[in-house]
Amino acid sequence: MIDTLRLTAEDAMGLLERGEVSPRELWDAYRAAIEERDRELHCYLSLADGPNGEGVPIALKDVIGTKGVETTAGSKILKGYVPVYDSTVAARVKEAGLPLLGKTNTDEFAMGSSTENSAFGPSHNPWDPTRVPGGSGGGSAAAVAAGLAPWALGSDTGGSIKQPAALCGIVGLRPTYGTVSRYGIVAFASSLDQVGPTTKTVRDCALLYRVIAGRDPMDSTTAETPPVELPAAEDLKGVRVGVPRELNEAEGIEPGVRQAVERTIELCRALGAEVGETSLPRSVDYGLACYYLIAPAEASSNLARYDGVRYGLRVTNGGYHGMVERTRDEGFGDEPKRRIMLGAYALSAGYYEAFYGQAQKVRTVIADEHRAAFERFDVLISPTSPTVAFPLGAKAQDPLAMYLSDLLTIPSCMAGLPGLNIPCGLSEGLPVGLQLVGPQFAENTLFRVGHALERALEFDYVPERLR
Amino acid sequence: MSWEAVIGLEIHVHLKTRTKMFCGCELEYGAPENTRTCPVCLAHPGALPVPNEQAIEWTVRLGLALGCEIAETALFHRKNYFYPDLPKGYQISQYDAPLCINGRFAVPGADGDREIGITRAHLEEDAAKTVHVGGVGGRIGGADYSLVDFNRGGTPLVEIVTEPDLRSAEEAKRFLQLLRQTIVELGISDAEMEKGTLRADANVSVREAGETGYRTRCEIKNMNSFNFIARGIEAEIERQIGVWQSGGEVVQQTYDYDASSNTLTARRTKEEAEDYRYFPEPDLVPVQPPPGLVERLRREIPEPPGARVRRLESGLDFETATGLVTSGRDRLYQAVVAADADRRATANVVMNQLAGAGVDPDAVDPDELAKLIVGRETIPRGTFAEAIAASGDPGFSAEKYLAEAAVSDVSELDPVIDRILADNEAQVAAYRGGKEGLLGFFVGAVMRETHGKANPKVVNERLRAKLSA
Repeated sequence: MIDTLRLTAEDAMGLLERGEVSPRELWDAYRAAIEERDRELHCYLSLADGPNGEGVPIALKDVIGTKGVETTAGSKILKGYVPVYDSTVAARVKEAGLPLLGKTNTDEFAMGSSTENSAFGPSHNPWDPTRVPGGSGGGSAAAVAAGLAPWALGSDTGGSIKQPAALCGIVGLRPTYGTVSRYGIVAFASSLDQVGPTTKTVRDCALLYRVIAGRDPMDSTTAETPPVELPAAEDLKGVRVGVPRELNEAEGIEPGVRQAVERTIELCRALGAEVGETSLPRSVDYGLACYYLIAPAEASSNLARYDGVRYGLRVTNGGYHGMVERTRDEGFGDEPKRRIMLGAYALSAGYYEAFYGQAQKVRTVIADEHRAAFERFDVLISPTSPTVAFPLGAKAQDPLAMYLSDLLTIPSCMAGLPGLNIPCGLSEGLPVGLQLVGPQFAENTLFRVGHALERALEFDYVPERLR
Repeated sequence: MSWEAVIGLEIHVHLKTRTKMFCGCELEYGAPENTRTCPVCLAHPGALPVPNEQAIEWTVRLGLALGCEIAETALFHRKNYFYPDLPKGYQISQYDAPLCINGRFAVPGADGDREIGITRAHLEEDAAKTVHVGGVGGRIGGADYSLVDFNRGGTPLVEIVTEPDLRSAEEAKRFLQLLRQTIVELGISDAEMEKGTLRADANVSVREAGETGYRTRCEIKNMNSFNFIARGIEAEIERQIGVWQSGGEVVQQTYDYDASSNTLTARRTKEEAEDYRYFPEPDLVPVQPPPGLVERLRREIPEPPGARVRRLESGLDFETATGLVTSGRDRLYQAVVAADADRRATANVVMNQLAGAGVDPDAVDPDELAKLIVGRETIPRGTFAEAIAASGDPGFSAEKYLAEAAVSDVSELDPVIDRILADNEAQVAAYRGGKEGLLGFFVGAVMRETHGKANPKVVNERLRAKLSA
């Protein structure tokens, strides 16, 4: 009997290698779990017919293009769209022999922090189905937390991997910008989008990152990456841990979250790390505002291709312009429309310098501020999300409140830096996420620190109600 | 009152790279519709552009030939607008950081060179081709339906913008001809206006002689040959002078030139200016041409055509010199002249006879052609024409043709000449009465009689002598 709730991908690999279970048995076990629990959780938008590989199965967020498999990005405008090519990450996963379980739910075009913006209905948090799993990659995070996939890939623009991982009590890595190919990923904001793993453990995360990382000739913004090291050390000797004041004291951080993070900072000391305070004042003051200029600006342009001419939804309405207007009006939900309008405005003649141009300058300041911090520290530590999982509907009518969910994840995204979420405890019975941010290409450092903390914390990633 | 034209050009050149600007689709003119496409040039979700390095190198090469500064860091920008021929909803182009800026290109004229400023030359992707079926005038509004062929979409396109430095329609035409020749010699484009691989729009205004400012300009589009460009600009200059002279005011406007009726038709004006919401293309990194590459390319730039016209002009007239250079035949001309052939005769042979016989000037051995031209009067005309037609063949030798000497022997020619004069008494009388133009008639008759084998020079001399006797 395979316990998909408990089984890590690394364990599953061992079972397959030793021949204790067959690839088909493993795949079937996850399919059975999906049959049992996904009606309630709605992690998946579509399911694969059968395994197309002999390795550990995987779920892919539905913004990741998969040849021959419907890819909707959570949007009505792409309902029924079947890509004619594989994204580079989907191809790499396939080459590694990882069979696809299905495509997971996402906020429409990855715009959101709760999956409530999905055109196909929200996913639910396995710890408490009345609450959100976070977003936009809530489907992938909830699937891994609920044992509906051993691991999954998500995409992160301003926190869409780290924040749902935090709210679902699992591990999520947003890699350094440029380490994982964006080719074939439905674009939201090109200068910020990154694909990364969502897993139960840090070692699983490193294993999956190893599969997807590396330069891709199809994506000019990718770079060669250092070889991935599987973390083994259980101490933090010699590691310099910085505690950015603003990221730990920001308004809106729940007391339970703060306490769990503070306990973990103490644990760092106990494990031999040097811990010191640091400051990222502009990153936190201006990060969110800048993000909401740059990301919508790029989105307004990236989403222009959905015009009904070549694929996806087409609503005819007397002539070309009528068709484009009606197609986009009926195809896009409120959040993409909101961001397209914000972005088009920020790029308009006469406003460009004040908005988009200025935001790019501040982005440089944010990157510089982080660079300075990394002269003294190897990793920066803070909560990932100011809150634990919130109830469905609590912020759905208040975009600004929803945007604040990403207050702590956005600064490092703006700086192009890698960030790892690991669960660090419970608050009111719900998981609290810890964010570790490193300098560019320092994924190995994050894995090392994350792994040591994970061992020491002994957090049980199986949701209490499912144990 | 005398008027002066002020003209600037905007030129688009299709580069003949093997593949498109941002994807691996092969470029093939005339391929069946929508057979040269991929997820990138069809803008499928997630597809990303990868720049064509050859196109970047060729743009640098063109920029250098136009005397431009090459940017250390150039950027691609997105130009956002909706149209069915633009699948991404934006064109990847260059905006405020183009590859090439601040160039100069010399245009020789009958009374000296004029330096035409090159504002910029930048690289972008072409749009796809649309056909609007039904409705009025092939426009999208009111069409029953529209068809799009994405084969052309994503073709690398260089846009060259000149300063408003040109002063006449003829000069604009000459500029374009010399520019075209430069482009062809660089090997980066066929630059054929009929195929649309070279397109030019003109901005035209006029002012009174002595004025320093510029008056309102109009744009003329849709001129698809060098002659139409000259005529279109000329028509616009006349129209504007007419407007000013009748006390009116020129209004900024875009016109389409219709060659068949030599008329300009105003385009429908847009109610508001387009806002393209330019921003740096985040899917691409900045372009930084390595200085070593730029220096190497600079050394490979051929001599500018303007300078070559100037050099040829000594010994030839300006028109012929320009004709030789813009037709790409000046190198052969020079080599033949260097081998001691007569300038005028060589120019005539190279410009007219070789072209008439469809001989590729690059295939001709100049030394052999020179021998042929030097000896042309000693061989029959028919033989000379045969030799010209064969002069581009591999291993061509003039000797065989020169061996076939024309009949120059007076003792052989005189009886023929005498017979012809005797048979045409009336014409002889007319010639002697002053109609000396009849000489050609007699020459022709002798040539016919000798089956083209007589030496025309000798025939001429003998006829003249006998007729004036």
